[in-house]
Amino acid sequence: MAIIRTENLTHIYSKGTVFAETAVENVSIEIEKGEFVGVIGHTGSGKSTLIQHLNGLLAPTSGRVLIDGEDIWANKKDIRRFRFKVGLVFQYPEYQLFEETVYRDISFGPKNMNLSPAEIDSRVLEAAALVGLGGDILEKSPFELSGGQKRRAAIAGVVAMRPEVLILDEPTAGLDPRGRELILGEIRRIHEKTGTTILLVSHSMEDIARYAGRVLVMNKARVFCYDTVDAVFSRAEELEGMGLSVPQITRVCRELAGMGYDLDPNTYTVEAAKARLLTLLGKGEG
Amino acid sequence: MFRDISIGQYFPGESSVHRMDPRMKLILTFSYVVMLFIAFSGPSLLVGALFVIIAYRVAGIPVRLILRGIKPIIPIVIITGILNMFFVEGKAIFSFWVFSVSAEGVRMAVLMALRILCLIAGTALMTYTTSPIALTDGIELLFAPLGRLGAPVHEIAMMMTITLRFIPTLIEETDKIMSAQKARGGDLESGNFLQRVRALIPILIPLFVSAFRRAEELALAMECRCYHGGEGRTRMRILKFSSADVYSALFMAGCVAAVVALNRLGAALWAL
Repeated sequence: MAIIRTENLTHIYSKGTVFAETAVENVSIEIEKGEFVGVIGHTGSGKSTLIQHLNGLLAPTSGRVLIDGEDIWANKKDIRRFRFKVGLVFQYPEYQLFEETVYRDISFGPKNMNLSPAEIDSRVLEAAALVGLGGDILEKSPFELSGGQKRRAAIAGVVAMRPEVLILDEPTAGLDPRGRELILGEIRRIHEKTGTTILLVSHSMEDIARYAGRVLVMNKARVFCYDTVDAVFSRAEELEGMGLSVPQITRVCRELAGMGYDLDPNTYTVEAAKARLLTLLGKGEG
Repeated sequence: MFRDISIGQYFPGESSVHRMDPRMKLILTFSYVVMLFIAFSGPSLLVGALFVIIAYRVAGIPVRLILRGIKPIIPIVIITGILNMFFVEGKAIFSFWVFSVSAEGVRMAVLMALRILCLIAGTALMTYTTSPIALTDGIELLFAPLGRLGAPVHEIAMMMTITLRFIPTLIEETDKIMSAQKARGGDLESGNFLQRVRALIPILIPLFVSAFRRAEELALAMECRCYHGGEGRTRMRILKFSSADVYSALFMAGCVAAVVALNRLGAALWAL
C-alpha cells in the first residue's frame, strides 16, 4: 500500500475573494514506502503548496490526503500525529533554529512527541550523527555555526522525529558545492540506512537524476508527469517548454547523438556518460 | 493564517480624493478636526456631517467599510452621550434621586455623539484614500520646516517608510516560521495561557534574529547606494498641488465659514 496518496487534491488560496488563486489542482499521486521521489517544477508551479498538504500544514480545499491509508483530516485533533510521521524540512530551514544549543534545538521535535528523556537523547544523537554533526558542535549555540552546519542542524531537527517520510524543500539552496554534496550525501545515507521514504524538491536536474528513483513534475498547479527518471528526462523538449531542463550531461549526450555519434541520448549522470563515452572511444580506437 | 490581514486601512482607488496631494489631505483633515471643535450648534455640526458624507461619496468608499471603522468607537460615543446627558446643568426635564436630565444635556449629548462620529469618519477617510507611502511623503514635506530647527524629520519619515515596507515581509516570515515549528510538532493551539506563551518562544526568537539580519542587510544595501540622509536627496514622485486640491481647499474654507455663521444662527435659535 502506498505510504502517501492524494486523491483529487485541490488547494485554492483566499477562496471566495478577488485574490483567489488555484495553487494545486486535481493532484492524485501515490508514493510507495521506501521510494526516493524527486519533485521538480518552476517557481509557482505548486510544489511547495503540495508538500505542505502531505503533513497537514495546509488543508485541502477539496480532495483527500491519505497516509498509510488514513485520511489525515478525518479527525482534526489528530493532525499532529501525521506531522511526526511525515517530516517536512522547509527551504532555508536554518531560520527556524531558536534554542540555546544545537542539541536542544534538535530535541524540540522529539520533546513535542512526549518521548522519554532517554529516547529523546538517543534520537538526537542518532540524527546528529546522520547529518554529520560531531560531539562538540552539539553544545554550541546554533547561531555560532557556519551556514552549512546550521542547515544540517535544522535537518537533524526533523530527522530526530524519525519520520517515515522525509520531505525536503530545496535543501541545498544557497550552499557552496561542497556543502551541497555533503547534504545530498547525508540524505542518501538516511534513505539507505533507515529506509525512510524521501521527497526531494530541487531545481537541480543533476541532483534529481543522481538521487531520485521517480520524478514528479509539477506545472501550472497540475501534475505534468510522474514517472521514472528515464521517462521524465526523455521528454526534454516539453520540460524546456515549461521553464525546466534536463541535466547538462544529458544535453551534451543529445547533441553528440544528434551529430551522429553512437551515444545514448538518454544519459543522465556524469558517471554513466563517462562509461558510455569510454566504450565509444574504445570502439573508435579498436 | 496571517495572509488575510490587510495592513493599514488603505483602500486603493482612482477617485479624485485618492489622487489629491497627501499634503493637502493632511492639512484638510487637520482643518476638519478644528472645524468640528469650533462647531457648537446643531446646524453647524450638520455642515460637518454633510462634508464628510460628500467626501466619502466622491472617494467611492463602500458603506460597510465606513461602518467597520466606526463600530469600535460606538461604546465611547454612548458613554460620552450618557455623561453629557446627566452632567450638563440646565432646566431639568426629567429627574430621579440625585440625577436629573436637562434639555441642554440632551442637546449636548446628541451634538457630542455627532461630533465624535464625524471625527472618526473624517480622519479614517484620509487613511482609506492615501497609501502609507504617500502619507509619509506628505508628513515629511509638511514638517520639513521643523528640520531647520534640528528635528530629524527625514529620518523619522524614513523609519516610518521602512517600517511600513517590512510589515508584510515580517508577517510572511512569521507564517513560515510557524509552519516550520508546527512541522516539528510545535503546538500553538492548545494548552493553558502559560503553555501558549511558552509555545511562542520558538517563533519569536527566529523572528527577532531574522529582523536584525534584515535590518543589517538593508543598512548595508542603503549605504552601497550612497544613502547619506535626507540632505540633497531628490524624489521620484514629486508632489504637486492640482486643481482638485485647490477646489477642495476652497470647499473646506466655505464649510468653515458656514460653520462659524451657523454657530451664531444656531445659538440665536436656541435662545428663542
